[in-house]
Amino acid sequence: MALKDEKHIQAYSQNFGTMTPGSFQKWLRTCVIFQFIRFLVINIKMLIVVGKSH
Amino acid sequence: MAKLVVLGGGVSGHTTATFAAKWLGSEHEVIVVTPNSKWNWIPSNIWVGVGQMKKEEVTFDLAPVYKKAGITFVQAKATEIHPEGSETVEKAFVTVESTAPDSAGEVTIIEYDYLVNATGPKLNFGATEGLGIGSELGEHTVSVCTADHAVHANDKLSEAIEKMRAGTRQRILIGTGHGTCTCQGAAFEYIFNVEHELNKAGVRDMADIKWISNESFLGDFGMGGLHMKSMGFAVSSKIFAESLFTERGVPWIVGAHVNKVESGKVHYELLDGEMGEEEFDFAMLIPPFTGVDLKAIAKDGSDISDTMFAPNKFMKVDAVYGKTDYNDWKASDWPSTYQSSAYDNIFAPGIAFAPPHPISKPMKSPNGTVITPAPPRTGMPAGIIGKAVAHSVCDLITKGKDAPLHKISMADMGAACVASTGKGIFNGTAAAMTVYPVIPDFEKYPGTGRDTEYTFGEIGLAGHWIKHILHHMFIYKAKLKPGWTLIPE
Repeated sequence: MALKDEKHIQAYSQNFGTMTPGSFQKWLRTCVIFQFIRFLVINIKMLIVVGKSH
Repeated sequence: MAKLVVLGGGVSGHTTATFAAKWLGSEHEVIVVTPNSKWNWIPSNIWVGVGQMKKEEVTFDLAPVYKKAGITFVQAKATEIHPEGSETVEKAFVTVESTAPDSAGEVTIIEYDYLVNATGPKLNFGATEGLGIGSELGEHTVSVCTADHAVHANDKLSEAIEKMRAGTRQRILIGTGHGTCTCQGAAFEYIFNVEHELNKAGVRDMADIKWISNESFLGDFGMGGLHMKSMGFAVSSKIFAESLFTERGVPWIVGAHVNKVESGKVHYELLDGEMGEEEFDFAMLIPPFTGVDLKAIAKDGSDISDTMFAPNKFMKVDAVYGKTDYNDWKASDWPSTYQSSAYDNIFAPGIAFAPPHPISKPMKSPNGTVITPAPPRTGMPAGIIGKAVAHSVCDLITKGKDAPLHKISMADMGAACVASTGKGIFNGTAAAMTVYPVIPDFEKYPGTGRDTEYTFGEIGLAGHWIKHILHHMFIYKAKLKPGWTLIPE
């Protein structure tokens, strides 16, 4: 069975060449524990970029 | 005592003025001339535009902050720069016209030793027929470029939501209102916040949402797109953006120059020369930017604006201008000191400097219409450049005119961008992206032009939390509260 978001894709239309997230990937986006870890990682990466920019 | 005059109190001007005032102390005078009485954290206007924040949460009065910092605040708009003085005034000066309620329209002059032109953009709604007149927003569409525009946008969006609740289907069009617009990121964030609000209101299935932009491909963002590390791949922002639009059921029109707006309809031209129309019930279209209406006058009274400003009215600085062929462009074309090419005591940080050329590959339709995004210079780059200029001016004042200038090019600078979807702490998500460097350097990073270790993007709550933190952190910093200098730009 197609996932909800996959139903937006139409054969040979403008969105036929892209990718859509699966249910696990979407769950991860709002999983507080996983996102807390990503929060730390993204902050560190952003701080490095900020540091390289000054 | 030296006198530094800063024109503009946005991200760049505010950063320059506040750091300069701190570093120079009371021995020297810092004056800020800005037509607005309030400072606006523009990225959060998106949340105002969907009713998730009040205008008061994204703005604050500048006067008390500048009083605390020892900065002289002049609520006025600069109309002329006289870099050589005049026949009656020995020193260089700017002519300003008051916008304060008690003295509106009064014209005075302010002399300076150093001038920082951080006037930002003029919102050029008038460039597109029907989008507005001059810098005034028209009646057919809305904008989120200012806090007041965002309040108006939310009012119109609320009306559309009420109509959907009453059973009337609504067509929503969001994007750019001209072929040379920049700030696609703001429209990108707004469209997903609107989509989120419609879901929350339970009327998403009553709305047809569509994106229209001047990008030649979705995810260009005025930066020629970017490749970001994701799942072990260097993924194009085209895939990233198309995925987001597909996931939310939002079709797109790209490579579009909106050439006319009328009630409920836009007319556009595509890169392939095809003409089209799109009907709407609610439309948010970002206008193109130009420099503000600021003239430069020589000592003898002659107009030397052409010497100081590019045709788009942005100030010419230490960039390499005149390269029209994309294949000739180099990262080193971009300025690093932001010193005026005509006068050593004038600088132009932030949006006010004239970029040497776009970042995205320039394109024209077969009819000769330019459909190329202008390069973004807002947010983090504007703040970093503003601080570098403050460093340079302070050194010139305290160490002498031979002091070396501080250098920071957008080709050596990264930028962080967080595009929210919703505002809730646990039900919102955001696309968090960093790009390094902003200007692709294909000699240093062959292929993608950027360091994919530090150019990344992902979607989730984490980015959303960062968006909230950035909102509070930068307003805290701009208010000069304790420890403000420790917060990076």
